[in-house]
Amino acid sequence: MTPELGQLALILALLLALAQGVLPLIGAWRGNRALMAVARPAATGQAVFVAIAFGILVWAFLRFDFSVQYVADNSNLELPWYYRIAAVWGAHEGSLLLWILILNVWTVALAAFSQKLPEVFASRVLAVMGLVAVGFLAFIIFTSNPFGRLLPMPGDGADLNPVLQDPGMTFHPPMLYMGYVGFSVAFAFSIAALLGGELEQAWVRWARPWTNVAWAFLTCGIVAGSWWAYAELGWGGWWFWDPVENASFMPWLVGLALIHAQAITEKRGSLRAWTILLSIFAFSLSLLGTFLVRSGVLTSVHAFASDPRRGVFILAFLTIIVGGSLLLYALRAPKVAAGKPFNLLSRETAMLIGNLMFAVAAAMVLLGTLFPLIGDALHMGRISVGPPYFGFLFPLLMLPVVLLLPFGPFLRWGKGDAGMLKSMLLRVTIAALACAIVAAFFVDGHMKAIVGVAAAVWIGVGVLLYAYKRWREVPSGRRYPAEMAGMLLAHFGVAVFVVGVLLSESLSVTSDVRMAPGQTQHIGSYDFRFDGAHRTTGPNWRADQGVVTVTRDGKDIAVMHPQKRTYPRGQVQTESAVDAGITRDLYVALGEPMDAGNIAGAWSLRLYYKPFVRWIWAGGLLMMLGGFVCAADKRFRLKRTVTRAEPAIETRLQETRA
Amino acid sequence: MSRLLPFIGFMLLAGLFGFGIWWNTQHDPNAIPTPLLNKPAPAFDLPKLYEPTQTVSKADLLGKPYLLNVFASWCIECGVEHPVLEAEGPTLGVQLVGYNYKDVPADAKRWLAQHGSPYAVVIADEPGHTAIDFGVYGAPESFLIDAQGVIRYKHIGPLTPEVVAKELKPAIAALRKEKP
Repeated sequence: MTPELGQLALILALLLALAQGVLPLIGAWRGNRALMAVARPAATGQAVFVAIAFGILVWAFLRFDFSVQYVADNSNLELPWYYRIAAVWGAHEGSLLLWILILNVWTVALAAFSQKLPEVFASRVLAVMGLVAVGFLAFIIFTSNPFGRLLPMPGDGADLNPVLQDPGMTFHPPMLYMGYVGFSVAFAFSIAALLGGELEQAWVRWARPWTNVAWAFLTCGIVAGSWWAYAELGWGGWWFWDPVENASFMPWLVGLALIHAQAITEKRGSLRAWTILLSIFAFSLSLLGTFLVRSGVLTSVHAFASDPRRGVFILAFLTIIVGGSLLLYALRAPKVAAGKPFNLLSRETAMLIGNLMFAVAAAMVLLGTLFPLIGDALHMGRISVGPPYFGFLFPLLMLPVVLLLPFGPFLRWGKGDAGMLKSMLLRVTIAALACAIVAAFFVDGHMKAIVGVAAAVWIGVGVLLYAYKRWREVPSGRRYPAEMAGMLLAHFGVAVFVVGVLLSESLSVTSDVRMAPGQTQHIGSYDFRFDGAHRTTGPNWRADQGVVTVTRDGKDIAVMHPQKRTYPRGQVQTESAVDAGITRDLYVALGEPMDAGNIAGAWSLRLYYKPFVRWIWAGGLLMMLGGFVCAADKRFRLKRTVTRAEPAIETRLQETRA
Repeated sequence: MSRLLPFIGFMLLAGLFGFGIWWNTQHDPNAIPTPLLNKPAPAFDLPKLYEPTQTVSKADLLGKPYLLNVFASWCIECGVEHPVLEAEGPTLGVQLVGYNYKDVPADAKRWLAQHGSPYAVVIADEPGHTAIDFGVYGAPESFLIDAQGVIRYKHIGPLTPEVVAKELKPAIAALRKEKP
């Protein structure tokens, strides 16, 4: 299994991707079925070769083949096997390979599940996926070859960045990429629809579960990344508005808008152009994220090796894919507003406002992320806007979303019922106010915390009221189809998330202290006793490990072991100790010894008491779960081939379900 | 027309990115502008490496321009820079002052004995306090200081033949031009 075979496999995959991207398009244009039939086998073949290439790189890591430059740069003899596998995507070249592998997973899934789609449409969709693959395969082959040799072969390699040696980080990139790349499906559907001029509601229904799954994966990836930042960076923060975080957050926001826009288009036929535009944007922002991280246009903590040649390549690719599809949109997007009309008071209006807020928030994040670059362009110097900008604008933009969220499901399509809305408004207001007043006694009048409780109750009670209404009014068995259950779960997740964010932000207690062994520090209602530090070792690191015993009213709560690890190449990495709980996290990070020569003496420590911080990720996971459950709805499965001849029946069917 | 707006918006963005790439090829993204540039160098009074009882102060070096080169025996990049200094040092036309940074004197002497010394004089800052005044991030760093004791040029990281030719020599030439 020589690495050269891996490179060969990539070249063959590129050729197959070219065939997959070009021939079916010609076939669909000319009505040539033989050419259209190339799409599926070419996609499968491409996936096989990419999988071989990926497997060869994994193998090279597992058997310490340091003659491969990438392996030598990112692993060494002491690195445990699981981190050697994770090291495959620990740097630029390998993470691109993972990107392509995941793109192929999606393409093969699409090829398998699209058997019942009209042939012309399916081959266009697969061809678009092929063209995306061409760009990435060419990028990896021409600028970022992971199989390059290093001669003479070194006896041992460097190391995987210790920051990445954490369980959260091993599955964060694959999840994130599943999300990024998953948006390519909705994108391919839109492009195929624009190319064919068939802007049926039907294709939106086919695309919906794919978008939901992609978005759910992206949510999972972001949650994993946030959890990792919290546990690993030692500052107790869970979101930093770092350019790379923003790069994943923008497609998430637009994907969220897309999920809702697709629901409107599918059920009501309206907003078709907007849905198409959003699906182009969601994938474009995923590509843009890749561009920002890889090109070095913005320098960030996470940015991997940046190289102007790579930047130019991705920019050209981005311009062709995004510029091309937006031009196509300008030429072919539906000219007349289609679909059923709706009143001001309707579910459409509520969802549109939400949609608009998500889109504006994504634009706001984009602007903030690009600010240093704009500063350079206008000769104002490199300025970053950072958390004050995002932290002020984002909650402001999300306020209407939080306020409207409980009412969305209660509003009917087309024309809402004002009477019911009023009674509903009364109930959630009473619930939110009552809980806020009770909460005020528990949180010492912290305004932010009170607002957080009120907002969460506002949303949560709204969701529960709707679930109860379904329970009362709909016969059993049809009460909670997967689509409905997913929506309820995800919306409830928002409530959990909001309360987690606001409570942990306002009630956290932080203390930077110098502690000698035996000393005790009182934080919250907990006593942290420092019991000294000692040396310890792991599979590939040495560490100074502190022992902190936490008690509350004399009862033992936890013994925590924060570490300061030193990896073989001298990199130092803090490993915070977290005692997790439903209502609070206790968090200890080891600073520096007061006397460098004496680790048994006093140390500087950072102690945190973080109430409800876990609810942030729990909320994110509920949203993720909602996305997956929603996608499982039987309604989205293709039962028969829907052709253009029967749109009337289609619409009638949808009305009975809506 | 409105359908073209997303396209136009994206093209503007692409233009901005193109500019960003171009800008980064023109500017070193790691370059940290020193606030000390064109300001008087901080005062210092440091022992000589080879005769620790004698010190060299800023005042001693006034009158002629010199290149203050921060190095240490523990610094791997300094080993990369060293041959460049050996080769280019005599052609610069300014005096080279070695600034031994946070180093054990014995190690520094052994290191210079091994690699050769391009320096007219070497001063030692073992605790690294004066380096803080200079805003030294790490070794190697180089400061071009003119006859009046003003910092005229600063380079972070090893001097390469390219940097010497494109940045350092023009900076030295500019010093000469000023002086009638």
